[in-house]
Amino acid sequence: MEYEISLLISMGISVLFALSLNLITGFCGQISLGHAAYLGIGAYFSAMAAKSGIPFLFTLPLSMLLSGAIGLVIGLTSLRVRADFLAITTMGVGFLFVGIVRQQAFLGGEMGVSAIPDSGLSKTAFMILTTGLCAATALFSVYLQKSWMGKVFEAIAEDEDTTRILGIDAPRYKLAAFAIGTALAGLAGALYAHHIKFIGPDSFGFVESITVLSMVVVGGIGSVTGVAIAAALLSVLPSWFQFIGDYKLLVYGGLLFLMMRFSPTGMAGFAMRFLTPALKGGKGR
Amino acid sequence: MNPLLQVAGVSVRFGGVTAIDEVSFDVQEGELLGLIGPNGAGKTTMLRAITGVVRADAGNISLLGKPLDGLSIDARIRKGLALSQQIVKPFRGISVLDNVVLAAGFAKTRSPMGALLNLSECRERETALAMLERVGIAGHADQSPAILPLGVLKRLEMARALAQRPRLLLLDEPLAGLNSKEAAALASTISDINRQGLTIILIEHNLGEILRVSRRLLVLDNGRKIADGVPMAVMNDPSVRAAYLGGEPVQTETPSHVLD
Repeated sequence: MEYEISLLISMGISVLFALSLNLITGFCGQISLGHAAYLGIGAYFSAMAAKSGIPFLFTLPLSMLLSGAIGLVIGLTSLRVRADFLAITTMGVGFLFVGIVRQQAFLGGEMGVSAIPDSGLSKTAFMILTTGLCAATALFSVYLQKSWMGKVFEAIAEDEDTTRILGIDAPRYKLAAFAIGTALAGLAGALYAHHIKFIGPDSFGFVESITVLSMVVVGGIGSVTGVAIAAALLSVLPSWFQFIGDYKLLVYGGLLFLMMRFSPTGMAGFAMRFLTPALKGGKGR
Repeated sequence: MNPLLQVAGVSVRFGGVTAIDEVSFDVQEGELLGLIGPNGAGKTTMLRAITGVVRADAGNISLLGKPLDGLSIDARIRKGLALSQQIVKPFRGISVLDNVVLAAGFAKTRSPMGALLNLSECRERETALAMLERVGIAGHADQSPAILPLGVLKRLEMARALAQRPRLLLLDEPLAGLNSKEAAALASTISDINRQGLTIILIEHNLGEILRVSRRLLVLDNGRKIADGVPMAVMNDPSVRAAYLGGEPVQTETPSHVLD
């Protein structure tokens, strides 16, 4: 049972993390190849805060604030770059994070931070908290998609210039997407640190950024259900099948490639193609 | 009384090319100003300079006495401008109606926070439907712009601009791509909208229709203003005739697919 609970927690954190990227890349169309940096900021902050005596539950909102604030600042610098250049810039942010953390003795340097204080919650309670926050994030995502902000995000994702012609301050909306998405990544990071109890710079490197991006792409860019399912599956597959764990990069990289080539709308788009004719037929009758 | 729009000594240069050369004109409230000129005269660039899509290198533009210079595109639009673009730019991922709904929701999309807290769109849908009816494409409301012909998309551009409830409507070749019957109907709609009090600047290659609906013509050639006045007087102006004869033969109906 212990193992299953632990697996469920990992799953919940992955889903939360993938949904946070989905807000930025899926809803608002802004690619990020360095999203793991914000997971890391949340994780490191939460770990250090817990070590200095701040109760676990308090570190959660604080991690969100810090991660979101840094996301906002980096978002500001990214406002002028688009598409390919944004991809390179965000990738740089990811490497910058790892590079900086490696050099900081107080963050454990290469060795990372270990002996993170216990959250004070039982395993089951931690699982309930994680899945609860994960569900809340999913609901928030669905709400956001239905709100006017969701409409604007969709418009920016398709054509930013035309969005501005409609009198919409697109840069502010992009900043909002960055702030919300990175804050949620920080939350996922805080949960991660207290779940694994050990963090190091390599837990938040380029591979993790690509992994989460492949979750979003495989699930279906912008689809909350698709991304949640893909993240849940892809996060547990390596522990179920040893060989996937051994060839993680190959499997995720391959999936990313295959999806982009054959179904750019992801599993969600794939499912929709089968479901849509059925729905139309139902309406006709 | 202040003119609605004041353009004073505006120049726009792209590298070594001067697209607009010290053009000045005023637009009074309630006018329908036709902006004409041969291909490459700078008409579209003029509208783009007004909306801030391109920045003027010199000169000032003000709306109701307040300068627009230095403001971003969206800030200028919020001051009361709306632009229907020459090259149609519908959002292809959403329906025709939702395209107009997004434009009609400008009060709700002013700030991200307000947009996040707002779900209802009943009023915007009403406005959007009314605008689609006004330009005659309400029948296409639920369709995707991705599958619709240019004639419908041109009118969608206009419906979207109207839904923003502007003080000054900028129309860049709204009749292009329409057949002569559709063009005449839409030109009449434009004229009606103007008569109901909306000020309009209209770029059009369809000289027959623009002569019919506009109350004043402004002619650009090679980035310079060469004439400005009542349509008949302007068309009889020798410099205007020369500009048109120099470029292409004078026709009352220039083929509508000719782009700027």
